[in-house]
Amino acid sequence: MSGVPASRALFVLGAFALLTLFPLGAGSFGIDLITKVMIYAVFALSLELLVGSTGLVCFGQAAFFGLGAYATYWLTPADAAPSLAWLLPSCMALAAAYALFVGALSLRTKGVYFIMVTLAFAQMAYYVVHDTPLGGGTDGVYLNHKPVLGALLDLDKPLALYGFTLACLVGVFVFLALLLRSRFGRALAGIRVNERRMRATGFSTYPYKLAAFVISGAIAGLAGFLFAVKDGFVNPELLSWHLSGAVLIMIILGGLGHLRGALIGAFAFAMLQEFFKSEAVFGSFARHWLLGLGLAIIASVALLPRGLVGVPAQVRERLWGARGDAAAEVDDEPG
Amino acid sequence: MDLATFLIQCLNSLQYGLLLFLVASGLTLIFGIMGVINLAHGSFYMIGAYMAYALAPLVAGSIGGGFFTTLVVGLVLAVLLGYVLEWAFFSFLYEREHLQQVLMTYGLILVFEELRSLLVGDDVHGVKPPEILAGSLPLGELMTYPVYRLFISGVCLALALGMYLVFTRTRLGMMIRAGATNREMVQSLGVDIKFLYRVVFAAGVAIAVLAGMVAAPVSSVYPGMGNTVLIICFVVVVIGGIGSIRGALLAALLIGFVDTFGKVLLPQAAGVLVYVLMALILLWKPDGLFRAG
Repeated sequence: MSGVPASRALFVLGAFALLTLFPLGAGSFGIDLITKVMIYAVFALSLELLVGSTGLVCFGQAAFFGLGAYATYWLTPADAAPSLAWLLPSCMALAAAYALFVGALSLRTKGVYFIMVTLAFAQMAYYVVHDTPLGGGTDGVYLNHKPVLGALLDLDKPLALYGFTLACLVGVFVFLALLLRSRFGRALAGIRVNERRMRATGFSTYPYKLAAFVISGAIAGLAGFLFAVKDGFVNPELLSWHLSGAVLIMIILGGLGHLRGALIGAFAFAMLQEFFKSEAVFGSFARHWLLGLGLAIIASVALLPRGLVGVPAQVRERLWGARGDAAAEVDDEPG
Repeated sequence: MDLATFLIQCLNSLQYGLLLFLVASGLTLIFGIMGVINLAHGSFYMIGAYMAYALAPLVAGSIGGGFFTTLVVGLVLAVLLGYVLEWAFFSFLYEREHLQQVLMTYGLILVFEELRSLLVGDDVHGVKPPEILAGSLPLGELMTYPVYRLFISGVCLALALGMYLVFTRTRLGMMIRAGATNREMVQSLGVDIKFLYRVVFAAGVAIAVLAGMVAAPVSSVYPGMGNTVLIICFVVVVIGGIGSIRGALLAALLIGFVDTFGKVLLPQAAGVLVYVLMALILLWKPDGLFRAG
């Protein structure tokens, strides 16, 4: 990790340290909210691998998230709490399997067509859980039991879930950071920058893209699993295109091409949501919270072309006009 | 299925398909010519439908007149809306990445949807078709077919023809096609490309608004209607080949038939069919049926 500037490493470490200390001073509302934010962050990281690192804009990421959540419901037995040890890998495997199917077919297309095909496959999954008996109906269903790990960990307890989610988030972040620095990650970056040239130099790009797609699906499945466990409830909206759109917004808002952009984006998106929904600030107007969120998104596009991650560089440019350094700042270094 | 039912379903498919074509044509134009992915396009359809509902009493009260006057007033407002929107939100997006445009237009969807909620509320409303078109035509011995649905098909066909003529036979159409191919070159030949884009955008918005207004009496008016239409229209645009009006027409009709007959013959799977169709077509032809040059 020698290429990472100290300020970035410090930022990420600081963020994780804060998240670790957070439960000491927070009430149950805060714990629940930050758990949700961390789940969004895991979900956003899964999409960042595709969009920011590989240049594949997937508009159906919610399908893998939702399938991870529904798998939790399908596999939870009626009479006893399932063990985390087999339930979590199974949920991720199911999401990954669907990602393998979707990826194998949709990676034949490119650009906007790819966006739409992934959307189409997500809509198919959506209608399967929405319209067939498999899904338990439009209104969703409750989980019978929350998973446990022997006597060690009971995910029904908010603090235990918080800790487990944080561990997952750190695990996924470190995994992706290492992955992107490996030969495999370099190949993905090459595909993003110029796929034709990668092929010309003898890389068969398809297996790389497919592998990235499946890994991304599995991570989204992990996020879906966590979400289902947190709420104890799944519904078809977890697979809807609104959610696919929202997670895309998170990573763009945070800044594409940086893993920490996904963290920042997920956090900012959730906080904006909470802020505009807050009746303490907006009174009865809080009912129309989407208006504020929409305006904030539009303002961010107009003012922050590189996302929130690019803000320090933008500020530096303003103050010192240091264009050269700033350009070096934006590049491809993941992290 | 007997012959009369079959015929009715065919007419319904045709009407639905043509309506989809109207909305999708604006989407494909704006994408093909200006290179902007406009997620907010469905909102224009929604705005149209709500205009048909909310403008009618205002128009009747102020200048008098019924459905058709409302249509005209709505169209004028739509062109103004499109023109202003392009100026305020889109004109600085052309140089940016597609994803920035996605973000911006997603924000616009939220804003439009909430403004609609503030101004008109969240209830479902019906809109009455105009008196002259309220009747039904007999079809076979027992069945009838509403005249208004035929009127929708007629309006859509007329607009499709009009668009075709403008594109292929007029100087404006020529400039638009040239601008889609090479923006800088057209600009250096002395064409005001910014103005041209603004016109194209305003026209796209106006067509979507018109589609919404015309469809309101059939579909009723409800929150979220824009999003449903948006996704289906993206399917149409992609199947047809991005930027191709001809492709959009064919794809819209295809979807109209598959969706309508799917609902009758396979009600459980109706939602999925359209997407299965799209996936199959794109696997067969990854650039859509007609790729625009």
